[in-house]
Amino acid sequence: MKMPLDSIWGTIISGLVLTVILYVFVVNFLVAK
Amino acid sequence: MPDLIIDRWLHVLAGIAWIGLLYYFNFVQAPGVAAAKADGTAGGITKHIAPRALLWFRWAAVATWVTGAYYLERSGLGLGNAFLLKGAAAPIGIGAWLGTIMFLNVWLLIWPNQKKVLGIVPADDAAKAKAARVAFLTSRTNTMLSIPMVFFMVAGPHGLPTF
Repeated sequence: MKMPLDSIWGTIISGLVLTVILYVFVVNFLVAK
Repeated sequence: MPDLIIDRWLHVLAGIAWIGLLYYFNFVQAPGVAAAKADGTAGGITKHIAPRALLWFRWAAVATWVTGAYYLERSGLGLGNAFLLKGAAAPIGIGAWLGTIMFLNVWLLIWPNQKKVLGIVPADDAAKAKAARVAFLTSRTNTMLSIPMVFFMVAGPHGLPTF
């Protein structure tokens, strides 16, 4: 499998996916509603 | 608390310098050096441009981290609360963790390996090639981490109903 960080777009898309994952984590597990 | 707004201002300025240079390395210099190596003109970049960019880059990272830590502590959020992801400090705490990982990447991986690549410390060709790969992947990792880092830095305290 190709390393996503070898390409600029792979890096940006990885960052966007990580943002969504962390957002869902914070909203559901860390911030009291 | 005028020190807080001055600190926050300095934090943003230093962050622009740090992340701006990070994006320069990833989006401009790395592909530019690859193209320049192909026609034998990379020497000027690695001799005159890269060392200056790295100097501002690594010290801007220090200034960003220190002003950010000061802000978290003085603002009442608490540096400890942020790093322990407690309550209202949790979103900015995620940003603080990402920024801290990026800061450590700069000083523990990117800079020591770039010193080998640029010939600031002696290294044979195999060590230089390995150092270049480590520095490249760490720089790309920081570019990836900067995307959620900036989101969590700006998402909370400006009246947005994000959290």
